[in-house]
Amino acid sequence: MKAYNIIDHEYDVVVLGAGGSGLRAAVGLSEAGLKTACISKVFPTRSHTSAAQGGISAALGNMGEDDWRWHMYDTVKGADWLGDQDSIEYLCKEAPKAVLELEKYGVPFSRTEEGKIYQRPFGGMTKNYGNGIVQRTCAAADRTGHAILHTLYGQALKHNTEFFIEYFALDLLMKDGECKGLIAWNLNDGTIHRFRAHTVIIATGGYGKVYYSATSAHTCTGDGNAMVLRAGLPLQDMEFVQFHPTGIYGHGTLISEGVRGEGGYLVNSKGERFMERYAPNAKDLASRDVVSRSMSIEINEGRGVGKDQDHVHLHLSHLDKSVIENRLPGITEAARLFANVDVTKDPIPVVPTVHYNMGGIPTNYKAEVLTMNGSEKTVPGLMAIGEAACVSVHGANRLGSNSLIDLVVFGRAAAKRAAELVKTGTPHEEIPETETQKCLDRFDKLRSAQGDNSTAELRLSMQKTMQSKCAVFRTEKNLKQGVDEIGKTYDGIDSISVKDKSLVFNTDLVETLEFDNLIRQAVVTVDSAYHRKESRGAHAREDYPKRDDEKFMQHTLAWCDGKDTKISYRPVHQSTLTNEVQYFPPQERVY
Amino acid sequence: MVQLSLPKNSEIKKGKYFKDKTGSKNLRKVNIYRWDPSTDESPRIDTYEVDMDNCPSKVLDILNKIKNEIDSTITYRRSCAHGVCGSCAMNMGGKNGLACTTPHAEIEGDIDIYPLPHLKVKKDLIGDLDGLYKQYQSIEPWLKNNSTKETTEIYQSKEDRAKLDGAYECIMCACCSTSCPSYWWNGDKYLGPAVLLQAYRWIIDSRDEERKARLKKVADELKLYRCHTILNCTNACPKGLNPAKAIAEIKKMLATANV
Repeated sequence: MKAYNIIDHEYDVVVLGAGGSGLRAAVGLSEAGLKTACISKVFPTRSHTSAAQGGISAALGNMGEDDWRWHMYDTVKGADWLGDQDSIEYLCKEAPKAVLELEKYGVPFSRTEEGKIYQRPFGGMTKNYGNGIVQRTCAAADRTGHAILHTLYGQALKHNTEFFIEYFALDLLMKDGECKGLIAWNLNDGTIHRFRAHTVIIATGGYGKVYYSATSAHTCTGDGNAMVLRAGLPLQDMEFVQFHPTGIYGHGTLISEGVRGEGGYLVNSKGERFMERYAPNAKDLASRDVVSRSMSIEINEGRGVGKDQDHVHLHLSHLDKSVIENRLPGITEAARLFANVDVTKDPIPVVPTVHYNMGGIPTNYKAEVLTMNGSEKTVPGLMAIGEAACVSVHGANRLGSNSLIDLVVFGRAAAKRAAELVKTGTPHEEIPETETQKCLDRFDKLRSAQGDNSTAELRLSMQKTMQSKCAVFRTEKNLKQGVDEIGKTYDGIDSISVKDKSLVFNTDLVETLEFDNLIRQAVVTVDSAYHRKESRGAHAREDYPKRDDEKFMQHTLAWCDGKDTKISYRPVHQSTLTNEVQYFPPQERVY
Repeated sequence: MVQLSLPKNSEIKKGKYFKDKTGSKNLRKVNIYRWDPSTDESPRIDTYEVDMDNCPSKVLDILNKIKNEIDSTITYRRSCAHGVCGSCAMNMGGKNGLACTTPHAEIEGDIDIYPLPHLKVKKDLIGDLDGLYKQYQSIEPWLKNNSTKETTEIYQSKEDRAKLDGAYECIMCACCSTSCPSYWWNGDKYLGPAVLLQAYRWIIDSRDEERKARLKKVADELKLYRCHTILNCTNACPKGLNPAKAIAEIKKMLATANV
């Protein structure tokens, strides 16, 4: 192995990732006076939070009566009872405060006549425990994520957060089951950096790029999830992958649920508003898993539109022109650019598209990472937030606009908890050199790889397998094939090739390291799906069409060493955090 | 006689030629600026023959196709692929834009792809935006308001909110600033259109209580008045924003108000 020069740093806390949750955590940590580093492989405002469109949920009650308990009920039901209700209570109760805080940071929310934050209807958001639609989703036109991300970056600048930008994180540094820091590669000059920290907060987002067609950015490769797997820790509920009902056909660009919130609807080749059949009450505003399944059934039964009858139409030309102009300008532009459609005249061709990972790094509501060792245990020194984490507030299916609120509520919670746990300036322990060596061995092995398989080919093969074997509807047979095929693709990494051998902005190597991260998550996802023999939320098994609360009201935990997985389960938390609300027992889930 | 020599790396050499291997009848030549800081070599232009029958419509699709199928060493930034993250700003066919939203059909002849103009290049198509980011920080892009009420928002009328339209949507891709001759010349002192648009966004936010101080801060011969209304910025913005108008508004506020 070539010798790498290592530059050492010491921080109280290191935040990995600078999207919505990472930035919110960094702001809180700086406010608390902790010496904080925020590391990101892209400049903060390039993070994928910027792509969130429709809004951020919070029971503010600006557009009619609302109650955080109603929000909690909707979230529990949306999650198909796989969410931990203590965490969901925390999320929904803290949500209004978190949104008001964002407003004070300067987020340019759209406004009501009285000058309050504008809120729109969204899928699965109801009043009085499922009785009618409520307007709960706070919006900055259809660019809410962009507005929040840029504002949070501004706040981080205000608090003089120390950023390490365009640094690619390689591995966690572990010692006796505790996290002591991490190693990252500076793309700007090719140097290797070792960060010692009392707490590492992982905020690396989702891993949508294991699929071929996803609304996710190229950079959504779940690097933090893979680091956790390599550290010998489990990921949770990875079989739950959300397909957003309205990705632009052929391109995957997201068309916000806000379009349906504002009155848009889906239509099949017969011109039917088919959602009326599947969800008589909520119709087009049923939760995402329900709408995506309904669309897939329409397409499978031959009622899709287009030459190959393989997608459906989203109509919004009947909406008031001012609604389209003021509240949906971003999707108007996206439809023009990527579907060549003028939304004031024609429908948008859409198809269910991979959008969000409910699964991730298991945590409690304080953002502390959990593992199982006989019983539930926290991992000292390690936290996770945002899409990378599985708190679990989204359970088996996330409601639209619950992800942005998840980012800020738990970003804030992580900062608070870290401030309780870490005393600034505490000296750092020595970390055994073997941890650094192990990390650099893997790095160097991939950098000098000279095999026959290109990273792009292997990645494509993984993506196609996941798309065909682990999609909206799943069967034993398909999943078994998926497990085998992903295993083969995994083996391909032994003879991978990296052509660029340099260290400065070597994106050939970056993509290879990202692929190494993705494939581990693909292994875990398809294996977790194979083992869950029931249908719940986004995990729809044709061979097990019913939810099985007796056997599977449990979180899947999956460890993965190479391609060998170990699956285990832990019970869903069946209690609330306080007496302000009662536990919602499982019910049949209809919209 | 005085010995004159060009600065290092200003001479661009002819690079490698990658001939099509697919046998496609529908080929386009793509010329890409290449420079690797870890070698002592001058920058070069590599040429790739690309099969357009199997390539989606945007310039980023071409780059991804080349990286995936022909030459994995080409280096560029990209992320969201639908025009919201601002990563893939570059110069294509002589115009600044986002590779993910620029249709290659709009470029005639060979497709020339360069980094954004007048930036220090880090590698291939990756420009150094550190200076621009520092300037962004200098305008203090956060709300200044002493409201301490935790239970309500700061109210803002629909009309006041509408003033932010056309300003808050900026994705900081730097297409505008790097198309501005004045910024080319005085980029270390002149804030440039991207940053001035952001300065404007906070100046006109009705919730902000430091409007005057913000105006005073940019009212500087170099920071602001190096804008000579060339309007390249507005022409270049891939989001259809109008930074030139924002700069003019700032100048107007300074000319008419008692700051």
